[in-house]
Amino acid sequence: MLEIRNLHVKLEEEDKVILRGVDLTVKAGEVHAIMGPNGSGKSTLSYVLAGRDGYEVTEGTATLAGLDLLGIEPEERAALGLFLAFQYPVEIPGVGNMTFLRTALNSQRKARGEAELNAADFLKLVRGKAASLQIDADMLKRPVNVGFSGGEKKRNEILQMAVLEPRMCILDETDSGLDVDAMRLVAEGVNALRSPDRAFLVITHYQRLLDHITPDVVHIMAEGRIVQTGGPELALEVENNGYADILKSVA
Amino acid sequence: MAVPAIKLTGAEALLAAWPTPSGEAGWAQAARRHAADRLAARGAPVRRDEYWKFTDPAGLTVEPAAAAALGRADETPMFDGIDRLRLVFVDGVFRPELSDALAMEHVEIATLARALATDITWARDLFGVLEDRGQSPVDRPLASLNTARAREGVAIRVTGAAPRPVELVYRREAAGADALVHHLVRLDAGADFTLLETGPGAARLNCVTEVEVADGASFHHVRTQGRDHERRAATALFARLGRESRLKSFTLTVNGRLTRNEHVVEFTGDDAVAHVAGACVGDGDFLHDDTVFVTHDALSCESRQVFKKVLRGGATGVFQGKILVKAGAQKTDGYQISQGLLLDDTSQFLAKPELEIYADDVVCSHGSTAGAVDDDALFYLTSRGVPKREAEELLVLAFLDQAIAEVEDEGLADELRGRLAAWLARHRT
Repeated sequence: MLEIRNLHVKLEEEDKVILRGVDLTVKAGEVHAIMGPNGSGKSTLSYVLAGRDGYEVTEGTATLAGLDLLGIEPEERAALGLFLAFQYPVEIPGVGNMTFLRTALNSQRKARGEAELNAADFLKLVRGKAASLQIDADMLKRPVNVGFSGGEKKRNEILQMAVLEPRMCILDETDSGLDVDAMRLVAEGVNALRSPDRAFLVITHYQRLLDHITPDVVHIMAEGRIVQTGGPELALEVENNGYADILKSVA
Repeated sequence: MAVPAIKLTGAEALLAAWPTPSGEAGWAQAARRHAADRLAARGAPVRRDEYWKFTDPAGLTVEPAAAAALGRADETPMFDGIDRLRLVFVDGVFRPELSDALAMEHVEIATLARALATDITWARDLFGVLEDRGQSPVDRPLASLNTARAREGVAIRVTGAAPRPVELVYRREAAGADALVHHLVRLDAGADFTLLETGPGAARLNCVTEVEVADGASFHHVRTQGRDHERRAATALFARLGRESRLKSFTLTVNGRLTRNEHVVEFTGDDAVAHVAGACVGDGDFLHDDTVFVTHDALSCESRQVFKKVLRGGATGVFQGKILVKAGAQKTDGYQISQGLLLDDTSQFLAKPELEIYADDVVCSHGSTAGAVDDDALFYLTSRGVPKREAEELLVLAFLDQAIAEVEDEGLADELRGRLAAWLARHRT
């Protein structure tokens, strides 16, 4: 599904190298977790894959289902089925949540040559998905993320994921700022979307999200590289001993 | 030997360009004379005046008015789906044969000429009176010129809840028409009335509206100034608000070489509300100036100024907004926000927010920003699959929406949103 080969990335505006040769393969149906200390390049990896400005790829490739990701626009990546759940979802005053969601869904459908959804069908679709995430009608009516609590923002990200039905989902520290109940809700939302055709890349600092979303593979990232890969037990090791031991052993 | 012709300048030239109206009642003639005296004493506006620093008034004062190409009528008329009484002006001249009959329940409508020729008490108490009050502390010479010379306009008195809005439709036929239009609007106690104004009006339009909103009355004003690119306009709305009255004024400006919209609002009764808002979009040779002066001289009144400008291709936006809270105007709630959205590096937004407060128990605040489309919001939208151009348009409309939200009637507001979306579609890069 997602193939990253020897990815090197620096900041566009300054000579700061952030990713120094990332290799990663995520197959359909799998859930991979990336853990790592602050500044290891986890969030940068997610932004570069989604197509945010400000980064320069100096070497390497990234493909989704065999198609090059790095040479196309963010909206084209989305239409290919890539989705990034933001660590800090953006507030957009003046744009209604429903308008936003419908524009996004229909833009993607149009780009893929599928028929656009009319207002009634769309409403039905969203209401169904929103209910299971405990997102009420009022939240749907409000401007995108404006005045949402931390938990509401993250639930709104998962709602977008559920509506857009991407095949490759990247969750960037979705657990940050969530209390236990909100985390369970978000995790249930993610688990409901797990399927043989869909893959997840879960970026997190902590093991606790992985208690709810069980990964198939866990990677440790440090200084712009994946330094160790293992099963769920690797996350537990981090939880118990911190990163220091792992980093020492690979150094 | 021939006597050299004396070239008139400044105020004299402005006054000389228009004939003195005749055949009017004595009080009207006196009001005209006083206005001419005010203008003569003050002089024509010039760039060095404090409130013309950002906007060169030359295009509004130089004779004759520059011609302006006529816009194409390729859209359905504004507010077409709304039941309203239409009064049509062509190049600033009222055309009864194109207009609806001047009759509506709870509303008395007369031409300005008729109102000034007779002894209508309410008109006498209004004509030139609010304009005169509005000259202090900031001079408004173009409004004095208007009072001294304008012969066109309507006088509207509303005695109850008007069953439908009145729309003043400003059409153009002559490329070089110069127009002075003066309206009088009086809302009796408890009255409710919506005034719509649409269209460019003239190559150069000078329009003054004096509005008296009596106790408990509500006045809604929604205006669109037309798409013609080369037109110029100076408008001034003077409003005096009584106890528990409400004023809501919104203006949408699309294109136009030079537009100066002034609002002068005075609270004279307690617990009144005034919201003045505007949205404009300009691309290229475009200067749009909102100059607002709100005077709180009563208890517990609320004022809002909400102005949003989208600028591109060297366009300039100007906002000069003032809240004056007089001594004793306690519990005043005053707010103003002015924001420029610059779609490129060549455009500029110039803002001068002012608060002057002489009471100690008030809440007053202002904010002003100028910036580009938010990159984070743009990335968020595109990362969800919205194409960049559409995402930008969505964000531009969202930016303007805070001002449009000041229009209470959803039907009117949606029509305005549609016009803005159409403008963005026409101005895609």
